[in-house]
Amino acid sequence: MSKLDQQTVLAMHRTMCRIRYFEEAASAKYKEGDLPGFIHLSIGQEACAVGVCSTLEPSDYITSTHRGHGHCLAKGGDAKLMMAELFAKQAGYSQGRGGSMHIADVSVGMLGANGIVGQSMPLGVGAALTAQVKESGAVAVAFFGEGASGAGVAHEAMNMASLWRLPLVFFCEANRYAELSPYETHVPVANVADRAPAYDMPGVTIDGGDVLAVHETMREAVARARGGQGPSLIEAKTYRWHGHYEGDPQVYKPEGETEAEKKGDPILRVEAVLKERFGVAEAALTAAHAEEKAAIADAVTFAEQAPDPTPDGLTANVYAEMGGV
Amino acid sequence: MAKLKYYQAFNRALREEMVRDEDVIVMGEDVGESGGIFAQTRGLHAEFGGTRVRDTPIAENGFVSAAVGAAMTGLRPVVEIGFEDFLTCCMDPLVNQAAKLRYMLGGQVSVPLTVYTFGSGGVNAGPQHSQSLGAWFAQVPGLKVVTPSTPRDVLGLFKSAIRDDNPVLCLFAKRLIGSSGEVPEDGADFTLPIGRSEVRREGGDITIVGVSTMVRAALSAAESLAEDNGIEAEVIDVMSLSPLDSDTIIASVKRTGQLCIVHEAHAPCGIGAEIIARVVEQAHGALKAAPLRITPPFAPSPFAPVLEKAYLPNAARIADEIRALLA
Repeated sequence: MSKLDQQTVLAMHRTMCRIRYFEEAASAKYKEGDLPGFIHLSIGQEACAVGVCSTLEPSDYITSTHRGHGHCLAKGGDAKLMMAELFAKQAGYSQGRGGSMHIADVSVGMLGANGIVGQSMPLGVGAALTAQVKESGAVAVAFFGEGASGAGVAHEAMNMASLWRLPLVFFCEANRYAELSPYETHVPVANVADRAPAYDMPGVTIDGGDVLAVHETMREAVARARGGQGPSLIEAKTYRWHGHYEGDPQVYKPEGETEAEKKGDPILRVEAVLKERFGVAEAALTAAHAEEKAAIADAVTFAEQAPDPTPDGLTANVYAEMGGV
Repeated sequence: MAKLKYYQAFNRALREEMVRDEDVIVMGEDVGESGGIFAQTRGLHAEFGGTRVRDTPIAENGFVSAAVGAAMTGLRPVVEIGFEDFLTCCMDPLVNQAAKLRYMLGGQVSVPLTVYTFGSGGVNAGPQHSQSLGAWFAQVPGLKVVTPSTPRDVLGLFKSAIRDDNPVLCLFAKRLIGSSGEVPEDGADFTLPIGRSEVRREGGDITIVGVSTMVRAALSAAESLAEDNGIEAEVIDVMSLSPLDSDTIIASVKRTGQLCIVHEAHAPCGIGAEIIARVVEQAHGALKAAPLRITPPFAPSPFAPVLEKAYLPNAARIADEIRALLA
């Protein structure tokens, strides 16, 4: 822990606030009927996205899940372009063609949220394969959840990554619920990371609400990947404050569980560290909150005022203009 | 011109593209030192090494998806699925990922992925190793699908597929692997455009459109129709299922007034149905009679040689049905 300096922790705190306010704004706007389709929010899981991405370079890759807003923001995505995409506007990252479930900023190495559970893992294998073949020095992180750990591709991806010693970290956000069912419905072992020895890779289960722990664990795994020693499996135990999708009545959660979890808010936890260990004043933290909240409000205004896409572009980007031949 | 077998043309195309572009890698089951069950990748591992010619575990879903991830990030992967039937094991990375990522991400990426496989029947491989599934993929925007039937077409279309910035599915035919044909000389850097059909035989009485193995059957039928009945058939090799070159077909039908389509895939919602639909939509007045589709019956491909022979369309059946049509 000693390696972390105050600036780094302050930056992580700020990004966690950004994600929180982004997700809260998306939730509110969804309730008001401004966002079409489905959205899946990551409130309560901010320490995972931020702890992971704080160890990566812009040239490193991440592949994400259907719950990908936090990952995109943590990797350096622009909240305005993200919000515009959620609002299905032409100014959005995908010009309104992908929406929340395909949020991506490839320019910062965020290769996309994905609507097919589990596919982030082999797609991450592919990004790591590019890094290995091209000897670029980049690493890839594949985010997934405990629900995806039961998919066949999870096994296929971890098997290939280990066989080929790829520069890859499999990062499992075990947020206690996969879709509408608890961990025990999907996973017969106490920890997803317990499976790592079967792939001859290191596996560790950590507290996903502790951004410093996530950062430190990731630093080791990234160094290992970049050093040519192959993939790792990290499982972060975390908690999804909201439902699977906005509007989910969450009848499957025990009464009082979410309220109890909120007491361990990962943002409050990092704030306690900043105050106690680094002597950061409350006012500095309050200012960070205010600035991030204002930036998200600006993003919402930008998205609301942006024009809709027009039907004349319905077939744009189905095919790439032919290069090569 | 040089003479090559179908699988040799495949090998040459791949080798030429690997020499030309170091981002081209090959991956799949047994593509490495073993050289593959049809000797299709023989010599590539020795020449280019295990980093670029990579054996995979038996995990089609996983390794095709990995190839999609690699294609998004700067490689140009060429992926083998040994038998076409196993495309069913990687539908998600092909249909939900490769075909849609560029669109879903608003043009932020391209997916220059080539997936090749060996399909068609006629080698007694039974229901799970004999299928022709190309039409399924021709229904997916974002994918291209080619069906080369000669060594020349294998060379030209496979090289174009590898250079294409879009995902392309190359459907080769097991039955044609040992067939020979003329190809441009080494060093010619020969490519063929994807999405163009070719007239293989000219004739004014009927247009026969063949897919893959059925082009040869159609040509053979055309010869016997000419000899025995004085019927001159025009034979078109469709070559690409997507994009489909309906212009070449429609121009021919306008000359002949008659249309017959032959393929190994089943008839319902198949490429023959699509061709007929386009002809009817764009040139319905040109047809003098109802078009003819010649396909296997709506049943899986049987194992028994005597049954498979009866199952697959052949030259005699094509000639007979056309004689009946034109009688």
